[in-house]
Amino acid sequence: MSVFDKLTPVLTKRWLSPDAWRLDVYERLDGYAGLRKALAAHPDDLIALIKDSGLRGRGGAGFPAGLKRGFIPQDDGKPHYLVVNADEGEPGTCKDLPLMTYDPHSLIEGLIIASYAIRANRAFIYIRGEAIHAARRLRYAVREAYAKGYLGENILGSGFDLELVVHSGAGAYICGEETALLDSLEGLRGQPRLRPPFPATHGLYACPTVVNNVGTIASVPYIVLGGAAWWKTMGTEKSSGPMIYSLSGRIVHPGQYECTMGITLRELIELAGGMKPGHNLKFWTPGGSSTPMLTAEHLDVPLDFEGVAAAGSILGTTATQIFSDQDCPVYATYRWLEFYHHESCGKCTPCREGNYWLVRVYRRILSGHGTHEDMDTLLDTADNILGRSFCGLGDGATSSVTSSIQYFRQDYLDYIEGRTAPKLSEKVLAGAH
Amino acid sequence: MSARAKNQEFSQLSTDGPKNEEFGAQTYARAKEIIARYPEGRERSALLPLLHLVQNEEGYVSPAGVAFCAEQLGITKAQVGAVATFYTMYKRRPAGEYIVSVCTNTMCDVLGGQAIFDALSDHLGVGHNETTRDGKITLEHAECLAACDYGPVVTVNYDFVDGLDPESAVEVVEKLCDGRPVQPTRGARLCSLQETALQLAGFADDRDGAVGEGPAGEPTLRGVKLAEQHGISPAGFDITTPIPSASGGNK
Repeated sequence: MSVFDKLTPVLTKRWLSPDAWRLDVYERLDGYAGLRKALAAHPDDLIALIKDSGLRGRGGAGFPAGLKRGFIPQDDGKPHYLVVNADEGEPGTCKDLPLMTYDPHSLIEGLIIASYAIRANRAFIYIRGEAIHAARRLRYAVREAYAKGYLGENILGSGFDLELVVHSGAGAYICGEETALLDSLEGLRGQPRLRPPFPATHGLYACPTVVNNVGTIASVPYIVLGGAAWWKTMGTEKSSGPMIYSLSGRIVHPGQYECTMGITLRELIELAGGMKPGHNLKFWTPGGSSTPMLTAEHLDVPLDFEGVAAAGSILGTTATQIFSDQDCPVYATYRWLEFYHHESCGKCTPCREGNYWLVRVYRRILSGHGTHEDMDTLLDTADNILGRSFCGLGDGATSSVTSSIQYFRQDYLDYIEGRTAPKLSEKVLAGAH
Repeated sequence: MSARAKNQEFSQLSTDGPKNEEFGAQTYARAKEIIARYPEGRERSALLPLLHLVQNEEGYVSPAGVAFCAEQLGITKAQVGAVATFYTMYKRRPAGEYIVSVCTNTMCDVLGGQAIFDALSDHLGVGHNETTRDGKITLEHAECLAACDYGPVVTVNYDFVDGLDPESAVEVVEKLCDGRPVQPTRGARLCSLQETALQLAGFADDRDGAVGEGPAGEPTLRGVKLAEQHGISPAGFDITTPIPSASGGNK
C-alpha cells in the first residue's frame, strides 16, 4: 500500500472544479442531492445517522457531533438555532477558509440538513471578519440558494423553513470559542460564558443552540449521501472519516491534504514531498498552537483523537505546523504567547495576567537576561493559568510553554547560560504590543 | 440615579446633537436592512455589522458613528463603545486607503513575515497600526490569517497577496502608493477599505465578476491533485444508500 492510498478526497474534491462555488456547477457535482434525501427522512433519523457515523467535531475539541445535536431539547417551545463557527484563527489552521471559498454550497447544504434535524428555523454562519473573499463567495452562494428555494420558506416543498444570515466578525480570536462567539453574535464583546449551562440548552438568546465548525457541518451531506457505514470506512474506530490536514512550514509542498484519520506525520511529510532541503524536523504541532508540541520521536503517532492524546497532545484542528532544526522552540513559544497575550479577552484574571507575565519572562530569556529561576516561573505561571479560566484560550497558551520545556529544556538553558546568542533586542518585534 | 434613569440619560445623549446628519438616507436604509436580518427583540445582534457600516461611511468608527449605532439600536454610546474597542478591525482613527497586514505569528515569522514587516515599516516610515502621511497605507502586523500553507502571509484590504519577500512586498506598497494596480493572488481585484467594510456589513460585492475572481492556489489543491494523479477516490460512495429509519420512514 502506498502512502497515496491514505488520501481521501471527500470535502476537498470539488475544489478541483474552479466554478464549484456557483450553484449550477455545484448541483452538477451531487450538490443538494443530500438535502433532497434528508428532507424525505425524519429529523430523528438524521440525528441517529450522524451518531452512527461517529462524526466528531472538526473545530478542535472533537466532540461527537451527533451527541451535540442529541442534547437539544425537543418540544420545549423555544426557538432552536444552528450556528456555524467559521471564525477560523487558531495559528496554523487554514482548512475552513478554502472550503468556504471554493465550495461554499457544501457548507450551506450541510447547514440546512443539520437545521432540519434539530428543528431550527434560523441559522447563522459567524465568519471571521478578515476572511473577506470567503465571505463574498458565501454570501453570493446564500443568495443563490434562496433564489433556488433551498433556503427560505417551505424548502423544496417540505414545509421546512430556514433563514440563514452570514455574520462577519471584526477581528477577535476569542470569538472562535463557542460561547464568546455567541456573545459576539448577540452584539456584545466576545467574551466566554461560564458553563454550565451549555449552549445546547442556553445558547444564542438563551435558547437551545448547536454550534459546529465548518468542516463538521460540511461533512453532513456526504454522510447523508454515502451512509454512516461508508463514512466509517475511513479513519479509525473512534475517529471516523476523512480529515483535512493543513501542513505548513519546513516542507517542500505545504498545503491541504485530506486523508484518512490516523495517518502519521511521517506519511504526511512524504505526501508533502519531504522536508525542505537542509531542514530536519525538530518540533511540530499536531493541531494548532494550542496543542502541545511534539518532536521527531512522534513521527509515527497516529493522528487521530486517541493517538495524539496518548502521545500527550491534542489532535485539535489538524493544523500541522512543521518546524526544523533551524527554528528555535523557545522563540516559537514566545511568539505564540505574544499572540495569546494579545488575544486574551481579559475576562479571567489568570489568563489575562498570566499571559502578560509569560511574555515578559520570555522576552527576558530571549534577550539574554534570563535566570534559572525563570524556568520555574514559567512552569508555575502556566500551572496557574491552566484550568482556571472560563474558556480554553489560557489552557492553549500553556501548551507550548510546558511542552517546549519538556522537550527542549536545553534550548532554554542555552539562552540563560549564554551559549545561544540573544534573539531579541529592543527593536525586534515591532509587532509586539 | 437609577439604572433606568441613567440609561435614559445616555440614550438622550446618543440621539441629540447634529452629528448624525453626517449619515445620509442611504445609510439609514442600510441600517434598517441590517437590523431586519435578526429576530425581533434581538436587534442588538446587528451591532457588529452596523459598526462595519459606519466604518464604511467614514473610514473609521468615529464618535458620530458610535452615536449612530446607539441610536439605531436604542442602546447607550458606552455600550457601543465597549464593543467597538474590543475588535481590532474597527479603527478608532481614520485608516489609510489600504490596510497592509503582515502576519507575524510564529509560522509566518520564521518563514520571513517579520522581515517583511520590518522592511515595510522602514520603507513607509510607520509602525504597527500607523498610517502614512499621505493617507494611503495603514501598516499592521496581524495574527494568524488562516492561510499558513502560503506563509509568510500578507493581505491588502484583507485579500491575500501571496509569495512575497521583503523586496517584492516593498514593490507592492510602492504600487499602491502610486495608484498602480495590485492584483490579489486569491481574491477579487482590490477595492477600497470602505467598500470592504460595506461587504463586511453583509452587502453584496456588486463589482462585475469580482466574486468569481481568485483561483485556488497550489497549496490549497496540492492534496486533492495528488489524489487525482494517482486515481484515488474513497471507495463505496453510493448516493442511493438509504437513511436507516427507526420511525418507519415517515416524517
